[in-house]
Amino acid sequence: MAKGKMTPEFKVLRDMEKCVSCQVCHRLCSNDAHLYDPDTGVVTSEDSRCVGCHFCESLCPTGALVIRRNPSEIKLNALWSGRALEDISRQSTTGGVLLTGMGNDRPFPVYFDHLLLNASQVTNPSIDPLREPMELRTYLGGKPDRLEVKEGQKPEEVLKSFLASQIPLETPILFTAMSYGSISLNAVKSLAMAAKEAGTLWNTGEGGLHPDLYPYGPHLVVQVASGRFGVHKEYLEAGAAIEIKIGQGAKPGIGGHLPGEKVTEEISRTRMIPAGTDALSPAPHHDIYSIEDLKQLIYALKEAVRYRKPVGVKIAAVHNVAPIASGIVRAGADFVVIDGLRGGTGAAPRVIRDHVGIPIELAISVVDQRLREEGQRNRASLIAAGGFRNSADVIKAVALGADAVYVGTSALVALGCHVCQKCYTGKCNWGIATQDPYLTKRLNPEIGARRLVNLLRAWSLEIKEMLGGMGINALESLRGNREQLRAVGLAETDMKILGVKPAGEAW
Amino acid sequence: MKKIFIHEEYCMNCRLCEVHCIVQNSKTRNIIKAYKGEYPKPVPRVLVEEQGYLSFALQCRHCEDAPCLEACITGAMRRDPESGAVLADEERCVGCWMCIMVCPFGVISRNVEGKRVISKCNLCQGEEIPVCVKNCPNEAIVFEEEK
Repeated sequence: MAKGKMTPEFKVLRDMEKCVSCQVCHRLCSNDAHLYDPDTGVVTSEDSRCVGCHFCESLCPTGALVIRRNPSEIKLNALWSGRALEDISRQSTTGGVLLTGMGNDRPFPVYFDHLLLNASQVTNPSIDPLREPMELRTYLGGKPDRLEVKEGQKPEEVLKSFLASQIPLETPILFTAMSYGSISLNAVKSLAMAAKEAGTLWNTGEGGLHPDLYPYGPHLVVQVASGRFGVHKEYLEAGAAIEIKIGQGAKPGIGGHLPGEKVTEEISRTRMIPAGTDALSPAPHHDIYSIEDLKQLIYALKEAVRYRKPVGVKIAAVHNVAPIASGIVRAGADFVVIDGLRGGTGAAPRVIRDHVGIPIELAISVVDQRLREEGQRNRASLIAAGGFRNSADVIKAVALGADAVYVGTSALVALGCHVCQKCYTGKCNWGIATQDPYLTKRLNPEIGARRLVNLLRAWSLEIKEMLGGMGINALESLRGNREQLRAVGLAETDMKILGVKPAGEAW
Repeated sequence: MKKIFIHEEYCMNCRLCEVHCIVQNSKTRNIIKAYKGEYPKPVPRVLVEEQGYLSFALQCRHCEDAPCLEACITGAMRRDPESGAVLADEERCVGCWMCIMVCPFGVISRNVEGKRVISKCNLCQGEEIPVCVKNCPNEAIVFEEEK
């Protein structure tokens, strides 16, 4: 066999003074990067197999293992970087499209890192969230243009206007669509249990709903995507909301492909396809070629659940995102999800993930602005997704105009993910992006849910602190309040699109 | 009494329970010294059973109706009145291995230190939580009150 041309990406450093040959690493590595020799009783490593997931490092009882990037370096070249060479090398070996997982890892500007929040000083009081009430509750769903009331005693008598169904969220952070299939059932269970406990929502993705998870329906967004996998009456009725998936930030314009090896008996039942066959989600919905077609599907779904649940539409942030979102709201969507350039995936061609779409910050801003200008911002909630790393990103997104955010990667990191981007191999050592029974049991959903609830709690507390600092006592008052943001190091056009002033400029 | 319960669906077969049991029952209680400096190496009192992808850590169940108590000819095997644990008195044990023969779980083994006595889980007497449970990275074994 012709030898590959590249050096290994990682180096496994094993401190032989500390290694006790307990073989924990050897037993657990799904990539067989650790080898045990029974003759010598020594554990060694095969660097070329290491994907850099750090699972062994985290379990090594003596701390003998460190995974490092391979220090072997090619001649410094700003254009022909090591990665560029490696990609060419891999492609000239395989002749195929390069696959990857997780979100865009190229150094595009992160606009959140160029936005700063305001705080109250002297002339307006800040609020201490530990002493005073602070409201993070957000209602998802369309709001009426105006509220008409009449005289009466009971609340339900007073309200004259029709209120579309609303979903209360205790925190503006939702778990994004990650299908059972792309991630393990234990990972999905962790998300479902955490969403229930934290009073937020999780999302089935296109994987259908496993029978064990119906009890978590009241905290669920069920997705209807182009493959229509697992969509049936009970499925639609099980969720709190329905989401039509048009696009995904990591792979705008292309469909999905769950390889047949991952379609186990249970997944085949949940997705309603034969076991072992590839689950192919087409790039477009074959019944949606216009906003009018989309409207038909939105209303078909609304009819199916008798208008009791909000129906939303998820699109990837692309160049025309504002007019598209405007059309979606006109088509009757109760919420619009925009998934930005940095949105994650279980598997996508790397060239698409890294080069298609626009950053979420700009997309939130233009969509919010457009809907406001058209006087229809109230008709739909806006959920932003794609690369939210911390509570500051969340609060900045809200200040730019989002109602809530979807987190995917952050949630997986809470479950153990080290973003090695090998989800598409199905060999996730952390038991997340895999269906291998040896690996899936490594994720105990009790622990997973506990960690996710902690994460949401921590972020919520931080959001409250930041809100209090601004002198705001409800998240609703911050939404689209771009005066609370200032830009550092951004070009004039960026600031114009974001609708924020440069740092240093007063109100 | 508090016992160790198994959640086999979350056991990843890392065998860290065995590793930490070895350390706990070593002379130095230091992992590197226990593995590299003590001969013979202490035997773990918990063993991970595996078949295919099913695995679980098994140690003495501290049975309510413990056959080893009946079988012991010297009275070395006794029940601790306080904790309810089945403990072996190494001074009294003569190494007849009857307890090993009758144990339905196969969790009693011979001590390798040359002394003809048996070795079994004592729920880490003196520790708040047995070390195998404390160090299980996935909570596949838990130390709980019997329901």
